[in-house]
Amino acid sequence: MVKRLKINDISKDTEQLTSVANEDLMPLPWDIEEKEWEPLSDDIKEKYVCILDDTMILPIPKPKTKEEEDELVKKFLAGMEKLFSKENNWTFLSMIETTMENCAKCNTCSDACHQYEASGKNEMYRPTYKSEVFRRIYKKYIKKEPLSGLRNGNVDLNWRTVARLGELAYRCNVCRRCAQTCPIGVDNALVAREIRKIFSQEMGITTPELHDKGSMLQLGVGSSTGMTPMVVRDNVDFIDEDFSEELGVEFKTPWDVEGADILLIHNAGEIMSWPDNVAAFSLIFNRAGLSWTLSSDIAAYDSINYGVFYDDVQAARTALIHAQAAKKLGVRRIVLGECGHAHKALTVIADRILPPGLQVPRESCFPILRDIVKSGKLNLDPSRNDFPVTLHDPCNVTRLMGIIKPQREIMAAICPQFREMVPHGVHNYCCGGGSGYAIMSRNTIHEWRNKIAGRKKIEQILNAFSDCRGPEQKKYVCAPCSNCKGQIRDMIERYELLEKENMTYAGVVELIVNAMPDVEHEVIIKWEEGY
Amino acid sequence: MTSLTYLVAYAAIIVFLLAVASRIIRYIKNPIHLRWELYPVAHEGGDRASYGGSYYEDVDWWNKPRHSSRINELKVMIPEILFLLAVFEHKRPLWYVTYPFHLGLYFVVLFIGLLGIGSISQLTGIMADTPIMTAVFAVTNLLGPAGLILTVAGAVGLLFKRITDPDLSNYSSFEHYFNLVLFIVTAGVGIITWLFVDPTFDMARTFVANFISFNFAAIDSSLFILQVLLVVLTIAYIPLTHMSHFFMKYFLYHDIRWGDEPNIDSPKTDEKIGIVLNYPVTWSAPHIAGTGNTWAEVATHNPAAAKEEKKE
Repeated sequence: MVKRLKINDISKDTEQLTSVANEDLMPLPWDIEEKEWEPLSDDIKEKYVCILDDTMILPIPKPKTKEEEDELVKKFLAGMEKLFSKENNWTFLSMIETTMENCAKCNTCSDACHQYEASGKNEMYRPTYKSEVFRRIYKKYIKKEPLSGLRNGNVDLNWRTVARLGELAYRCNVCRRCAQTCPIGVDNALVAREIRKIFSQEMGITTPELHDKGSMLQLGVGSSTGMTPMVVRDNVDFIDEDFSEELGVEFKTPWDVEGADILLIHNAGEIMSWPDNVAAFSLIFNRAGLSWTLSSDIAAYDSINYGVFYDDVQAARTALIHAQAAKKLGVRRIVLGECGHAHKALTVIADRILPPGLQVPRESCFPILRDIVKSGKLNLDPSRNDFPVTLHDPCNVTRLMGIIKPQREIMAAICPQFREMVPHGVHNYCCGGGSGYAIMSRNTIHEWRNKIAGRKKIEQILNAFSDCRGPEQKKYVCAPCSNCKGQIRDMIERYELLEKENMTYAGVVELIVNAMPDVEHEVIIKWEEGY
Repeated sequence: MTSLTYLVAYAAIIVFLLAVASRIIRYIKNPIHLRWELYPVAHEGGDRASYGGSYYEDVDWWNKPRHSSRINELKVMIPEILFLLAVFEHKRPLWYVTYPFHLGLYFVVLFIGLLGIGSISQLTGIMADTPIMTAVFAVTNLLGPAGLILTVAGAVGLLFKRITDPDLSNYSSFEHYFNLVLFIVTAGVGIITWLFVDPTFDMARTFVANFISFNFAAIDSSLFILQVLLVVLTIAYIPLTHMSHFFMKYFLYHDIRWGDEPNIDSPKTDEKIGIVLNYPVTWSAPHIAGTGNTWAEVATHNPAAAKEEKKE
């Protein structure tokens, strides 16, 4: 393995290019024994290219012959050619071209990256490493700049370079914290996303979680959870019944109400994994007297849009279906539940995809919830939330959409022991589950997520509760995003924070419901195993 | 040699202008892109820019007036341009050398501008022998040497860093070193010319006057000719490299990073979207179903439903 990586090392004929040893990891504010990396199985190594580091996210079939190796390179270059054409990549051409042309390679962005820092500043995960490899290929093979090697530096382009670049595109949460610090405006996170696009849109190589079990399943049956319209209605009916009983208050979730003011779209993962969130929304919206509905149209009951992580075409298809469902019901607006990437996908990204007839106004749930809480309609009692609460800012909601204050105004109104993480808001750190990681647990990916991608976040969480450590004090991490919740759930479990710190997690709406005086106390929020 | 110097100077300025124009036109001619803004967006009105908030913080945001503040934008832009704040905040050791370098270049640009004013006065007699022009000459005489010295000092520092700091050396190519050496040599020759040939910049001012009046008057000093050639060639070279960021940064910030204009009743945007949705798609992966179909056709095709139909 190469200790201090150079750019051209990416093309080296070695079995595994780098590894993050436990002693290299960024220290955490408490003693914790990290496990050694589990080795990837021989079966996986036989089938797929596993030559980057300690895990494998993008299953690239291992080339068996010289022809297959050459084909991998050829296809990648064909995709790269298309990436820099206006017809195939009008979506991001301006951004990727300017990023390729204007980077001063000053590495001002490096220290902003949580993965780079958590890995002990392993060169492989520096935001500019993959970009630099990609740029050198672009300048030489796509732009065909005269004297490109001399001017920009060389990189040997072979099948290993291509395979490692593809894998490396999945060592970035695309949180864009690096881009935020760039003096010029270059976006190295975007490079990761654009490489993912070449693999998906040209080479047909994607991660099963995002594609086959993600966007394709959603387009096929209606949800990446596999729930069909009938199943989702049954499940939500069950949630209504179950939580009405547990909370001691009756409520009913409306379905397919034509002409309603609001079409609320949840991440369907909530229905499966965090039904309390779905119940809380229904209870709050009903009590606030809103005119609202869910839709049982295919894909319109699941706000996820995994295309935004790896494939523009899949992103466009999903956004169109969401807008069509709203049109069909004749609602005035779409409101997105607690899911960060769904927020950005449908409000920001889709803004220049949807044709005029499908431009239904789209907005976040947080300003609505803030207005409900501040209106006094719910008669909330903050003392029912009298435990330390900290707020995780989903990158898509904050850094990429600028929704910062509404969540905080809610916290200020109903959580007497609220405390911020440092840094927070628009300068937050990613939870480590961004850009699709949170739904991946194959082979050693879960270990990567906990050890490296989520390390900075868990450090922030622990620091936020530094004045009340130990199991005696209940603690609540408010993570209003399904992917972030999944990642934080896994880290709490991995580091045994429920047992050691009495720490739980959920969203904003659970805190609102918990503050309702007539609702059974601490039913919607649980501090117990298996939550 | 004199005529050749003038001709090279004209050619270099033309190359500079063409290179800048070509980069800008290429960018502007690109089709509409998806929104990809990054907060804080500096032009957000009220106090939102200060904490990175946006109009999405309002319920029914599309029905409310969006407050955009040019002052807020300038509050971010001016310190960033003048002091390179992002580098100062996020990579302080680099700032210590890159800031003198950039400040030196700012001074040199101002110096050339003041030389231009002086030469116009010299040519036309406007404001000649007035206190204003005396002040212009005095500032010129200060900015020139200061700019050249800072440029050399900063470039030497940057070169040292690029060579010795592994954070930078791994990412530095021949062009980086060449560029810095070019600045050191050009500004260094400028300092020598100032010290030994043209301490009052009269020769420089006369050259600029001749240049803008197309008067190929003789230049007495070989060192001065060398300085002119180095300066104009450097000017021509800058927009051909990544240093084009000095003007492309405008688009990176205003059109991408701060490009938060929503598509509400905007026939212009809808027209642009209509154009791109009719572009042909040739991505080859099976699920795209591309091969010449338009974006509109591809985006409304459901590959998962097609799979199901095939099964049946």
